[in-house]
Amino acid sequence: MSALVPTQPPPQSIGVVAESSSGDARVAATPATVRQLLGLGYDVVVEPEAGAASGFTDAAYTEAGARIGDAWAAEVVLKINAPTDGEIARLREGATLVGLIAPAQHPELLKALSAHGVTALALDAVPRISRAQSMDVLSSMANIAGYRAVIEAAHVFGRFFTGQVTAAGKVPPAKVLVAGAGVAGLAAIGAASSLGAIVRATDPRPEVADQVRSLGGEYLAVEVAQEASTDGYAKATSAEYDRAAAALYHEQAKDVDIIVTTALIPGRPAPRLVTAEDVAAMRPGSVIVDMAAAQGGNVEGTVAGRTVVTDNGVTIIGYTDLAARLPAQASQLFGTNLVNLLKLLTPGRDGRLALDFDDVVQRAVTVVRDGEITWPPPPVAVSAAPAAQPAAPASTAVEPGRPRLGPAARFGLIGAGMLAAFLLTAVAPAQLAQNLTVFALAVVIGYYVIGKVHHALHTPLMSVTNAISGIVVIGALLQIGHESRVVTLLSFVAVLLTSVNIFGGFAVTRRMLSMFSTSPERR
Amino acid sequence: MTSTTASHAADLVAALLFILSLAGLSQHRTSRAGVVYGIAGMALALVATVVVAAQSVTAGAVALIVVAMAIGGAAGLWRARRVEMTQMPELIAVLHSFVGLAAVLVGWNSYLEVESHGSGQTRIAGDLLGIHHAEVFIGVFIGAVTFTGSVVAFLKLSARIASRPLTLPGKNALNLGALAAFLGLTVWFTAGPGPVPMVAVTLLALALGWHLVASIGGGDMPVVVSMLNSYSGWAAAASGFLLDNNLLIVTGALVGSSGAYLSYIMCKAMNRSFLSVIAGGFGIEGPSGGGGEQGEHREVHAEEVAGLLDRARSVVITPGYGMAVAQAQHPVAELTQRLRERGVEVRFGVHPVAGRLPGHMNVLLAEAKVPYDIVLEMDEINDDFAATSVVLVIGANDTVNPAATDDPASPIAGMPVLRVWEAEQVIVFKRSMASGYAGVQNPLFFRDNTGMLFGDAGQSVEAILRALPGRDPEDALPAAGRAAAAR
Repeated sequence: MSALVPTQPPPQSIGVVAESSSGDARVAATPATVRQLLGLGYDVVVEPEAGAASGFTDAAYTEAGARIGDAWAAEVVLKINAPTDGEIARLREGATLVGLIAPAQHPELLKALSAHGVTALALDAVPRISRAQSMDVLSSMANIAGYRAVIEAAHVFGRFFTGQVTAAGKVPPAKVLVAGAGVAGLAAIGAASSLGAIVRATDPRPEVADQVRSLGGEYLAVEVAQEASTDGYAKATSAEYDRAAAALYHEQAKDVDIIVTTALIPGRPAPRLVTAEDVAAMRPGSVIVDMAAAQGGNVEGTVAGRTVVTDNGVTIIGYTDLAARLPAQASQLFGTNLVNLLKLLTPGRDGRLALDFDDVVQRAVTVVRDGEITWPPPPVAVSAAPAAQPAAPASTAVEPGRPRLGPAARFGLIGAGMLAAFLLTAVAPAQLAQNLTVFALAVVIGYYVIGKVHHALHTPLMSVTNAISGIVVIGALLQIGHESRVVTLLSFVAVLLTSVNIFGGFAVTRRMLSMFSTSPERR
Repeated sequence: MTSTTASHAADLVAALLFILSLAGLSQHRTSRAGVVYGIAGMALALVATVVVAAQSVTAGAVALIVVAMAIGGAAGLWRARRVEMTQMPELIAVLHSFVGLAAVLVGWNSYLEVESHGSGQTRIAGDLLGIHHAEVFIGVFIGAVTFTGSVVAFLKLSARIASRPLTLPGKNALNLGALAAFLGLTVWFTAGPGPVPMVAVTLLALALGWHLVASIGGGDMPVVVSMLNSYSGWAAAASGFLLDNNLLIVTGALVGSSGAYLSYIMCKAMNRSFLSVIAGGFGIEGPSGGGGEQGEHREVHAEEVAGLLDRARSVVITPGYGMAVAQAQHPVAELTQRLRERGVEVRFGVHPVAGRLPGHMNVLLAEAKVPYDIVLEMDEINDDFAATSVVLVIGANDTVNPAATDDPASPIAGMPVLRVWEAEQVIVFKRSMASGYAGVQNPLFFRDNTGMLFGDAGQSVEAILRALPGRDPEDALPAAGRAAAAR
């Protein structure tokens, strides 16, 4: 208890360590992101030669304001790949490690980190919500990897991508098939089509068709039973779907020059999309890039981290470090993702890291906290409501000022309503009782019958209910000609008005509905 | 089978057809069939009723019916064919007022047929008479509220009167007082029917309907129209009670409860209390401040916007009532088509209460032949703004106001809004820096990534179309012409 004077706590230091142990050319911070880290109030220490393989010299870091020194001794250590046991031992007590950890796949790593008493933030555990998109390294790395996959294929492929008519003869364009239109697949589609190739893409989600087209690709739908497109693709269709997909791949393998596969299922081995038979059907000189090689591969015959050439002259590339093969770009995007995370973790911009477990993003990325394993996080409520309201206390997402009824109160209300309905009907004369019954049941039907109304149809629905409420004409019809002239006159007016309603309402509804149309390509 | 039992059977079938109609209208796929069911149900009900009525009245009366329906039908069809899609809200409000007025007339007729004869009447059995009195009264009351409420809504929507909310002192007390007076009059009338309470309740209800809607601002009109839709159903149901007609009861209740549910959906979208809407007291106390300018806005020109769009990967357009006012849906549709041809992903984000009618924007965009599968709801698109290059805010204001999420003191705090500000660039099409219907200043206009494009939205979009690079003469054929050629 020496410091009795309350002073501003000193800023923490951030260490940027080299990835040399895993042979990765990337680095977790570039001189540009170092400046941003300094802007958040931190001291930054960079391990000597940490950025050398990405083309960032120590001098460049120094110029940006960092120190060169023992980065492992810093309070916050930024890293890309998961640390080895030796590296964990170099962390100081109470340090925070930020990097890719893959907590689901590496329980022993979590134990080692916890035994060392540190805090670990897993960048690959960022929840997929819009607010966290700026920290989503998996997306930013997949984007790079997809591009690089096409470049690797082009490097091996013996021909142009683009078709040309030259004095020396006509060159046909290369045909590229991309399996899976996620971030990596879309990047591959964009890269291949901007090189001039004919690009086709497959994906089980029909809604990505527009994204594929937007990047210049052609979307190949797997033709299964019609329902598949309306209510998503249920598990029941999967066997049939797989059969249809296999046929599609076999047919495409005979036709295309290059296949890039990107299919991954979180936490499970990669699905097998291309069989040895399909590979054998390809022309000699064709290239396959299997981006799922690390998870077992989408292609039969892939060797993770290697390039193999089959007997019929097809090259299968199984590199698992595609993003790291573009080290400067990858480091820049990774570093920016890290800066965005640290912005969130440094609300005071005072160089002090503050973890807020009430924030879903911070809760989700924290896999070890002060030696205690905090993975898996509680499930993130997928809610469109903006959760981040700094002033509001950390309550659940119930809107303030509108207390929800407790179950007891709700049952009480329902019971009271039922009792009232009972009493009213019980004391009413038979005829009224019958009318009330019909009325009450119709009210309930009216509520349920439009329960799932599509938003776009609100106006037509309203005009049709308006036409239908013209049914009040029946009252007037029954009164016309019965009594005095006054009654007949009033009824005449009522019939006239409601006829406007009925005919106008139905006609205008038909007119509106005839306007609704889908995209021409979907018709 | 007598003609009476046949007519009852026809009533049942008609009621079932109406249920099918409403159910069909809730999905695109089945919507056209829904209209056919509705027409069939109505035709069946009309034929059955006319046949039954014809047995007890003179040929002259039947001729009157035919003449009235012919005139009304012709007028309705003519309006339906002529109406501009931007005027849909007005048309629907007017049609609601007809139902309300008809219910009033039916109630008065029933009074003239039964109650005005005093004890000499023979139509209603003695023990049911008291109930009939009450039914007449309630029917007239609901009908009259619907009538004047719809008339005011029509006048506001067609800008014949100012859309500002009318704030009489103690308006809630006025509404409650009117309800209490209604109860008192009902007791009076049930005890001793006479013309005085009849006239009194009619005038009271007309005044109440006027006041209820007059005190609601133009920005809340989608909920008002939907609420009036519900009221017109209840009015029909009340007529059914007093005439002891099951078909009227069923149909009225269907329309009433489905309309109420629709209003409830709207209210949730605006974060308003359903009860206070039903009570009409939700014109809220005038917005208290927050109306001043909050910084510098950046003005852009059509050429710059065209350049932005040319480089964009994905564009989201969030339309509002301003698009309807400027009739800009056709140029917007052409812009959409041009951008899509260039491979730009274009989608629409429609706020549930955009426009002056639920689903108003969807109808306008459909009229301009924008494919409905790129027109998305707020919840479907809200998470995508962060990955969007350019958002075009065309005539929307309160529905894209970040104050709803950021500023707990804002009058619209808590209302779900389209989070357009998360996109890389936002272009706001606007006439001037005036605030929206809620009277709240919009901080969106002062954000760094927001550009303001002032002027008429239709002309602005056309200017962008002219400035979009790479337009060759053959391509200059307007979208409408191309669509016609494709047909």
